Amino acid sequence: MSVLVYTESENGKFKKNAHEVASYAYEVAKQLGTTATAISINADSAGDLGDYGISKVLNVSNDQLNTFNAKAYAQVIGQAAEKESAKVIVLSSSADTKFLAPILTAQLKAGYVPNVVSAPESTSPFKVKRTVFSNKGFAITEISSDVKIIGVSNNAYGIAENKTTAAVENFDPSLGDNTFTTKSIEIDKVVGKATIADADIVVSGGRGLKGPENWGMIEELAEVLGAATACSKPVSDLGWRPHGEHVGQTGKPVASNLYIAIGISGAIQHLAGVSSSKVKVVINTDPEAPFFKAADYGVVGDAFEVVPKLIEKLKEFKAQNA
Amino acid sequence: MKILVCLSNVPDTTSKINFTDGDTKFDTNGVQFVINPNDEFGLTRAMWFKEKQGATVHVATVGEASTEPTIRKALAIGADEAIRVNAFPVDGFFVAEQLAEIVKNGGYDLVIAGRESIDYNGGMVPGILATLLGMNFVNTCISLEIEGNNATATREIDGGKEKLATTLPLVIGGQKGLVAESDLRIPNMRGIMMARQKKLNVVEPTTSKNVTSDVKFEKPAPKGQVTLVDADNIDELINLLHNEAKVI
Repeated sequence: MSVLVYTESENGKFKKNAHEVASYAYEVAKQLGTTATAISINADSAGDLGDYGISKVLNVSNDQLNTFNAKAYAQVIGQAAEKESAKVIVLSSSADTKFLAPILTAQLKAGYVPNVVSAPESTSPFKVKRTVFSNKGFAITEISSDVKIIGVSNNAYGIAENKTTAAVENFDPSLGDNTFTTKSIEIDKVVGKATIADADIVVSGGRGLKGPENWGMIEELAEVLGAATACSKPVSDLGWRPHGEHVGQTGKPVASNLYIAIGISGAIQHLAGVSSSKVKVVINTDPEAPFFKAADYGVVGDAFEVVPKLIEKLKEFKAQNA
Repeated sequence: MKILVCLSNVPDTTSKINFTDGDTKFDTNGVQFVINPNDEFGLTRAMWFKEKQGATVHVATVGEASTEPTIRKALAIGADEAIRVNAFPVDGFFVAEQLAEIVKNGGYDLVIAGRESIDYNGGMVPGILATLLGMNFVNTCISLEIEGNNATATREIDGGKEKLATTLPLVIGGQKGLVAESDLRIPNMRGIMMARQKKLNVVEPTTSKNVTSDVKFEKPAPKGQVTLVDADNIDELINLLHNEAKVI
């Protein structure tokens, strides 16, 4: 009756969110008086999860699963849940996991609550706190089904070390002929650069930058900080930047430690989408821009003067603190 | 090809969100409702399939009578027929089960829903629906081409995109990218007049039950004052981010 957590890996290495969901699963298990078991797929050093309170890892090694396939991965997790008689399953908020979560939900006839921001409020009845209305509010949601699936928001619960020893067990799921009916034919992915989903810092540009030709300094600032780049909705609608960079209510949510908004006035939809970021910095010429009311730190000034200065000073700072 | 577009009736993106009845209900007072933006991109793509490939497009929603203006808007944009399941959409599983009944009875080849609604952000209806019916499913879909029984779909992934090959019957969790923002349509007078003649079937829900319920709502804590730093004193900003906020 353990708590099961799906710990995502990429090229054999656990993603940052794997450690966060493992930490969360340990906390839920503690509340329920049980232990946390992880299910991992083609991960190299599964035993490392013991650092985050995981007592057992079901590790799958299967070449058919080298490329993510939502239906197949959902089946693996579902079979692991059955083997462990898990009544609570913990998932992350990555694009892949949000793809497989509803499939798993239907397979297990479970109650699924995504965007959960903290440890359960209570376990009987089972209640969790989640964001709703695109971060404009929170709901306390009760799950009444036998099997409960919790999707933990990125960078909300955090990573907590709880050293224990994880017993690693090989797990061999059965994947029927009907599993791989959707096939990956091409993956186009930025390599070696932080993504909006898991970056600690996100640097974002708005219409105040006047044109796509001025994005060099945004990219340079992001590079200095090891940050991901993002943009406001008008910028993606104008085609200055790809849609994948659009953050806000109808784009991607941002939950980084630091969000730097440059030339973004701060429409309500944008503020909602980035409100889960822990610290927000705004750089804008207009002191009346609504973003100043939502930010922690602000610089009233021309981005074309402030940003190059910021890059220069950050380089000095990095050199001193290297 | 027979397409069903699933619509969610949500507060306009500019809405201020408040709660009422001791913070147990969303306060709809003064709120303008619209087609969920993620669904609207899908509806517009469905119109393309109708015009270029002769598809029939139906729309469906699970909602009370108050959602009908939103459905009429979809008919005015060009959908052929509408279905409303007469029930409050209590949770994602409940909604998916209602829609599954409609898809089963209607023989649809392609179901387009939004990747999530912007009110409760569940993001589960298309995936549950697909799995209940054994249909293929692609989430966060940003482009979709259909040829005969074959579909090529591109989905957004963290840090990029992935192209997938699959077959009908198919369910899509769509979003911006399926069509561009500039392709979205505002219904014209003729469309609005024609929408009045189109069929809007109201069906009663099945007996399925919800598995989750929101028992209480909260608004985010008010934000403290912003600390302003002079544009000539960027060292101070770096100092604050390093020593006070501890984020660099």
